[in-house]
Amino acid sequence: MKKIISGNEAIALGFTDGGGVFASGYPGTPSTETLEEVARLGEVYCEWAANEKVALEAAIGGSIAGGRSLATMKHVGVNVAADPLMTLTYTGVNAGLILMVADDPGMHSSQNEQDSRHYARFAKIPMLDPADSQDAYDMVRTAFEISEQFDTPVMLRTTTRISHAKGVVVPREKISPQVGEWVKDVPKYVMLPNFGKIKHVEVEERLLKLREYAETTPLNRVEMGDTELGIITSGVSYQHVREAFPNASVLKLGLVHPLPERKIREFAGSVKRLMVVEEMDAIFEEQIRAMGIEVEIGKNKLPLCGEINADLIRAALGDPVAEAAAPVEGLPQRPPVFCPSCAHRGLFTILSKLKTFVSGDIGCYTLGALPPMGAMHSVIDMGASISAAHGMARVNAIAGRDEKPVAVIGDSTFFHSGMTGLLSLAFNGGNALVIIMDNRATGMTGGQENPGTGKTLQGNPTRQVDMVPLVKALGIDNVFELNTYDLAATEAAIKKGLETPGPYVLIDRNPCVLRYKIRKPAMTVDQDKCTGCRACLKVACMALGLTASGERPKVQVDPNVCNGCGVCRQMCKFDAMHEIEGENNANL
Amino acid sequence: MPIFNIVIAGVGGQGVLMASRVLAESALASGLDIKQNEVHGMAQRGGSVISFVRMGEKVASPVVMPGSADLLISFEPLEALRYLHYLKPGGRLVYNKISINPSTVAAGLAVYPDDVEDQIAASCGNALGVDALAIAREAGNGKAVNMVMVGTVLKNLPLEEEVVTEVVKQVSKEKGVEVNLRALAGGAAA
Repeated sequence: MKKIISGNEAIALGFTDGGGVFASGYPGTPSTETLEEVARLGEVYCEWAANEKVALEAAIGGSIAGGRSLATMKHVGVNVAADPLMTLTYTGVNAGLILMVADDPGMHSSQNEQDSRHYARFAKIPMLDPADSQDAYDMVRTAFEISEQFDTPVMLRTTTRISHAKGVVVPREKISPQVGEWVKDVPKYVMLPNFGKIKHVEVEERLLKLREYAETTPLNRVEMGDTELGIITSGVSYQHVREAFPNASVLKLGLVHPLPERKIREFAGSVKRLMVVEEMDAIFEEQIRAMGIEVEIGKNKLPLCGEINADLIRAALGDPVAEAAAPVEGLPQRPPVFCPSCAHRGLFTILSKLKTFVSGDIGCYTLGALPPMGAMHSVIDMGASISAAHGMARVNAIAGRDEKPVAVIGDSTFFHSGMTGLLSLAFNGGNALVIIMDNRATGMTGGQENPGTGKTLQGNPTRQVDMVPLVKALGIDNVFELNTYDLAATEAAIKKGLETPGPYVLIDRNPCVLRYKIRKPAMTVDQDKCTGCRACLKVACMALGLTASGERPKVQVDPNVCNGCGVCRQMCKFDAMHEIEGENNANL
Repeated sequence: MPIFNIVIAGVGGQGVLMASRVLAESALASGLDIKQNEVHGMAQRGGSVISFVRMGEKVASPVVMPGSADLLISFEPLEALRYLHYLKPGGRLVYNKISINPSTVAAGLAVYPDDVEDQIAASCGNALGVDALAIAREAGNGKAVNMVMVGTVLKNLPLEEEVVTEVVKQVSKEKGVEVNLRALAGGAAA
């Protein structure tokens, strides 16, 4: 039966229908819904891992134990999982093993725009690149077959417009999961140097066999049309190509590593002009040029940065694009913002006031860097808040600067890779104030469970890690609770943490209002008392606004948006704000 | 039929994605191919959201290019203006007249233009503004704005109205069916 599902949902269904036995992953846009959907389908065991390295290692274990296994993550997650990946390529697999990675060209929700195809080349393993939901569904099964036939992990790579775009899928006949033997094989799975040397040779031989496979597999498909123009492409770019040039000849690559050299050479020879369309890096183009084949149109006309679309492809060939009015300029931007009544708001209101350096991390709280807060000054990767703050404090000490950095990190990010930074900080007698915003949700990706929420991916009760003893066990003596809804207490606590030498940890335990659907009565502004001083606007809440008219506009609260946290009220020196009893329309 | 391109714009939390789903499922139920795509990831409320729904015999790209939308549905006036350039000449715009302050305006860093609707009227000769919140509340729930907005474009879709109504029934939670159907009808009558 036909269904409309996203690429992520299609991978989940393909895994469930394709003999999948075990899946693990870490949430990360645009990959997150894959594992959530495996859980929703409810037929195959799956779980959130503490981070991507753990997820891939667990999937490796699943494969060694004889079950078809899947690890899911976003592109930057593969950096975390790169350590096991680069040796997994040597050991190979027992049952089929897929690493699903979701790239984010255009950086809709990511800190960089890295192209995961490099990892397939780096690890010398096959990579599949689906072009729509049906492809994504089908390729899971093919990836397992390749994995088992060639004794290799397989990367299944999507991009945002595959993971999140919905299309029609017709499911295939289901394969029932078979669990094979749990094999002891020391030379295969113990990568001591002597065994590794043998395996490296096998990796190179495997790659040669995969090159032959690439020549004949239907994953790589020639669609001959007008021979004036031939386009080599893959993934969502294939769809943009078809949109722009329905009649062109196309070599659609489904297996994007290793490339089918003979097939490419033959295709190039059968068309007059050759174009390569690929998002981000010139990975196909450079390899095709290295084959001695001339690419007339590629990255000389198409961007390395951001997404590709049909108009960019038309323009690259000098074809007209649909006439569109220019976008209206000068409109107020509408960036994402802390939810009404989010606990992060009080924290960043105070950090902004104190003007201290804040070493930030990956999560909703990264929005604390945006105006008007502007209270986050570096954000690199998961966990860097604490380790970078430690380095800053060390250099500050050497420079004689008497300023203690603040690190801000969320619960899920702390469990992911903040703990090791804090351990190292304690070990080396560092000097930073670490604020853990423990709202018991992996918020930015949609509120997924983590080791601190007390629930598994399926929502079943599980051991809830106790944050305070955990932090103490890592070597921190000064650990105190924080309540960011109380601005005066928050300011006092942060000041004390900054004045006290050495490692100091504050933990805010207020839950995510969105995830846990917390409702409070809306606020209103007494227009007679409001002086229009705008002090409350510093909390950056979209429920607040100025009355449109008047010389000195006053503040008003949108009762359809306010969720009554009262942080803005604490900014008001004129007692102009109060709750409306029983009223809550906030559309959270 | 040529491919019919719909752009749905709004603010995170308004139900843009559910409206997109209703349109996509209705197209599938009508025997059409579809691609639907929105950019989501930042779970917070308050960011600008844009969703594409494309329907036709065979749809390739999930992305609608500027200047090629047959229909723009905006859940908020400023967002209508922001994405107006997606409409093709003569394309239809229906927008909800109830504004929501961007965080930049709430923080006093920017001003919400007081002539948004005039600017829309000046640039688009085929625009309709409705008070979707009032219609949704009348239907029984202010959160049904998304179904009101679907209702407002029923006549503009290359789909039978009955098919859309049936899909709304299927995708609604049990207790929400009646409210959603009233919201849909209220939007259609606006």
